[in-house]
Amino acid sequence: MTLTQQLINLFASLMLLIAFAMLSQRRVQSLIYLFAAQGAVLALNTVVVAAHTGQKHLYFSAALTLLMKVILLPWILHRLIRRLAIRWDVETLINIPTTMLVGIVLVVFAFNLTIPIVALAGTITRSTLGIAMGSVLLAFLMLITRRKAVPQVIGFLAMENGLFFAATSATYGMPMVVELGIALDVLVGTLIFGIFFFHIRETFDSLDIHHLERLKER
Amino acid sequence: MELLLVLAIPVLGGVLLAFIGHRPRAADVNVACSFATLAAAALLTYRVIQHGPLTALHENFFVDYFNVFLVSLTAFVGWTTAVFSRSYMRIEREHGKLTAGRLRLYHSMYQSFMFTMLLALLTNNLGILWVAMEAATLTTVLLVSLYRTPESLEAAWKYFILCGVGIAQALFGTILLYFAAAGVLGSGGDALLWTHLILVKHQLEPTVLTLAFVFLLVGYGTKVGLVPLHNWLPDAHAEGPTPISAVLSGLLLNVALYAIVRNKVLVDGALTSGLAGRLMMAFGLASVVVAALFLWRQKDVKRLFAYSSIEHMGIATFAFGMGGPVAVFAALLHMTVHSLTKSAIFFTVGHAAQKTGTQLIEGIRGLVDTNPVIGWGLMLGSLAILGMPPFGVFASEFLILTTAMHDQPWATPILLAALGIAFAAIFSKVQPMVFGETTARRLARPPASMPIFLHLALVLMLGLFIPAYLASWYRAAAALIG
Repeated sequence: MTLTQQLINLFASLMLLIAFAMLSQRRVQSLIYLFAAQGAVLALNTVVVAAHTGQKHLYFSAALTLLMKVILLPWILHRLIRRLAIRWDVETLINIPTTMLVGIVLVVFAFNLTIPIVALAGTITRSTLGIAMGSVLLAFLMLITRRKAVPQVIGFLAMENGLFFAATSATYGMPMVVELGIALDVLVGTLIFGIFFFHIRETFDSLDIHHLERLKER
Repeated sequence: MELLLVLAIPVLGGVLLAFIGHRPRAADVNVACSFATLAAAALLTYRVIQHGPLTALHENFFVDYFNVFLVSLTAFVGWTTAVFSRSYMRIEREHGKLTAGRLRLYHSMYQSFMFTMLLALLTNNLGILWVAMEAATLTTVLLVSLYRTPESLEAAWKYFILCGVGIAQALFGTILLYFAAAGVLGSGGDALLWTHLILVKHQLEPTVLTLAFVFLLVGYGTKVGLVPLHNWLPDAHAEGPTPISAVLSGLLLNVALYAIVRNKVLVDGALTSGLAGRLMMAFGLASVVVAALFLWRQKDVKRLFAYSSIEHMGIATFAFGMGGPVAVFAALLHMTVHSLTKSAIFFTVGHAAQKTGTQLIEGIRGLVDTNPVIGWGLMLGSLAILGMPPFGVFASEFLILTTAMHDQPWATPILLAALGIAFAAIFSKVQPMVFGETTARRLARPPASMPIFLHLALVLMLGLFIPAYLASWYRAAAALIG
């Protein structure tokens, strides 16, 4: 195994580890740090792949990741929770050990699902496709098991991280124009989430999405 | 050139209205922008009919028979809805439901939303198609919560999270598609261009495309509102302002279905098993049946017609899944007539709710007595959407059913039963709303009758005869889709 491959595997396992750490994290503040850390791993991984393959546009997308997911989005989220004076811990719908067990099952499922694709991929990063899919599913799990709005949003953004990782490992990244478009969507999405938090709190005096349970089929 | 105008006008309109959207004349500017977009779309359509499909700007955009008819439909309904929205929003303003600032947001986002849909339709790049679909969610989410009531905030949050998660699956599908395409076309911008992909569709790796299509169908299917991914749709339609319900139902669902069909053409080329078609038939049929059953339980009139939209998108999805020239022709026709009829119904329902101050079905009675335009509009619209001859929905549903009898005989009784249930449910709820006894007074201002009857007249025309150029247009599109 070459050094590049070892580095990529290291980053991939870090991605998965952070995804699990997010799942088990109870404090919102730490959740944001973990999200930033995942972004940093993602950017480093993209740089390594770029250096190995000589794909110029990957440097751009690494820089974009660093700017967006390590600096800008965590900063927006920190500001938000300061402005909204959120100090509470994360509440979950299912207790954390159970969530972790479900997470393990999901990762096994992801690995199984990607076996046929991994066999076809000629990229140096192909062994990490299963991990990428696993982190998407773990973020998805976090999104559906959290009760408060902010952790849900972080789950949403972590899912985007997983997808980005998948794109890098399967195909050395999407075409530049698409990546820019996706980055724009994520940024605008986060801003709208931010505006939304204020609306929700204005109306309900809380960010517990349990208040959002009026609309049901009766 | 026309193509650039179609995209540039809504962008400029959105920026302009972001500054002046709160002024009293803003609604007129909104109508003017939408009309200019419609004019540009008409020119573009004329060009395509004369000279055939075209690509523009280094193949980043392209127009063929399939998307050009959706572009003109989108621009047309965008314009009529803007006309309706002028009357509707003025009354909302007088009722004190909206502030000037929110109207500015509304007008600016309305144009931006039109832009994202037109971009999704016109782009040649399947990645940009995804970006535009996500942007369409982002532009409408603050519109769904425009009234800031607890219910509307909940609806918007649900819409945001569910569609966000759904559309993320579609991105994964697009990544897989790119992965398969890069193996044939080489990595780089070209590998996501539809005009290039269609040429090599037989060489794409089948296993990857199978997995990709599942993700794409689930992802974009969430936006089409296919069962069981439909949860956001009734809430978003019921809680948002009515012009937004009209464009969500009449246009956004069509654009999402368009995204699925574009991808299906590629997958069909790579797979010989017809898996994509079978999956679409299953999702479509499930949507028709579940929506028909849920129609009975609805107490809110906008929710009622939101479920009816799920049902009709299910019918179109089923027809696309069945494939073949007749079924695809019927599906395209169905998309057109559903879009026109459903937005006309939402126009009448919006005014009816303003008149009585409630969206509850039991609170709305005797529309014909006080506001005949609204009453008859709602009655005719409901009859049209229920597939009564001589309206266009009858023609498309008849074609779909007869094709199903021939190609998929097992599905025909299910479809017929569901249509029957839907008929009984909607008719029994609409009839007292239109003809019952009422004490409510008539609307203070005249309702927007032009958009309502223009749409219904078009639907009637499409039921009686389909102009030759339109028919050949549909046939050419059907041949493209296969």
